[in-house]
Amino acid sequence: MLTLQFIPYKEIQSLSSEKRISKILNIVKNDKIVLLQGRLFPEEETTLIERTMEQISRSKFKGVEICTVMPNTNQTLIDKIRNSIASALLGNRDGVTIIGPASIVKEIKRDPDKILLFTKEAKKRRRR
Amino acid sequence: MIKVISDFIKRIFFQIFQDRSALKIGLYGPPNSGKSTLANKICKDWIGEEMSKVSNIPHETREIKIKEKITVKHKNKELTFNLVDTPGLATKIDYEDFVKKGMKAAQAKKRAKEATRGVIESIKWMDSMDAILVVLDATENPYSQVNITLIGNLVARKIPLVVVANKIDMKKAKIKKVEAAFPQYDVVGISALKGHNMEELYESIFKLIRER
Repeated sequence: MLTLQFIPYKEIQSLSSEKRISKILNIVKNDKIVLLQGRLFPEEETTLIERTMEQISRSKFKGVEICTVMPNTNQTLIDKIRNSIASALLGNRDGVTIIGPASIVKEIKRDPDKILLFTKEAKKRRRR
Repeated sequence: MIKVISDFIKRIFFQIFQDRSALKIGLYGPPNSGKSTLANKICKDWIGEEMSKVSNIPHETREIKIKEKITVKHKNKELTFNLVDTPGLATKIDYEDFVKKGMKAAQAKKRAKEATRGVIESIKWMDSMDAILVVLDATENPYSQVNITLIGNLVARKIPLVVVANKIDMKKAKIKKVEAAFPQYDVVGISALKGHNMEELYESIFKLIRER
């Protein structure tokens, strides 16, 4: 059974980058898939990779699979400027980020508006 | 622990004692995209020797490698830089994947541990680069999160980049797909192994440095 845990952006908005990442990784390490509203800042994504690597070397944890899907909307220039200022100040709430444990999630593909999530069990089942 | 300290000292030493006039061009990308093969090709072309070991097993490069003072000549122009070959970026590392490639468990576990440190080092070195060649395997899906995270970070850190779609000599290579994935960047299709299209890559490196 797969467990998906939704995290609304407001739940991480006031947290520091380290606390956001720690919150996400703690859920993922409990074999749950995180559905995060919006996306992390690019620097937070690399910090997430760094913390993941540190934890792989310390435990049986094998890492994460991540996928960010952004809405493909045709925005006007003014909307784009407004959204980029809002994103820089408040964080990016558009789209969704999926983060799952690599021991369960084999691969996540964009297609481009839908997400294909391949779990290890599903692959095995198909092979039989 | 000793390895972590030695990597830290290496990075600090490089940042303090490097020739500040020398540009640093980094090769970044996912594992097995051909970064070390490209590093070797550039070094072979201009200094006549290779710099990195290559293999079909992912994470062959597990520590930062630097070749100093490579002078590239192209159309009556010269460019001298330090080339930095980095371990492949990944979000997961499982020693069992190395076992499947024929390694013994103990050797595979050691490689996995070193590979995790390599990923961390690659990220830590990113800020000290003047320009980065993002080396992707043109036979693979370019929309992977590692590629997107890497390019997003370079943009956020204001580090100029060229996307290098490697392995174009292979039938499965889809350079158009790479171009479609990153339309706002200069994408150069090459085969580092066969030496295809290297002139265009050198041209792009000159352009990248000029526009920096």
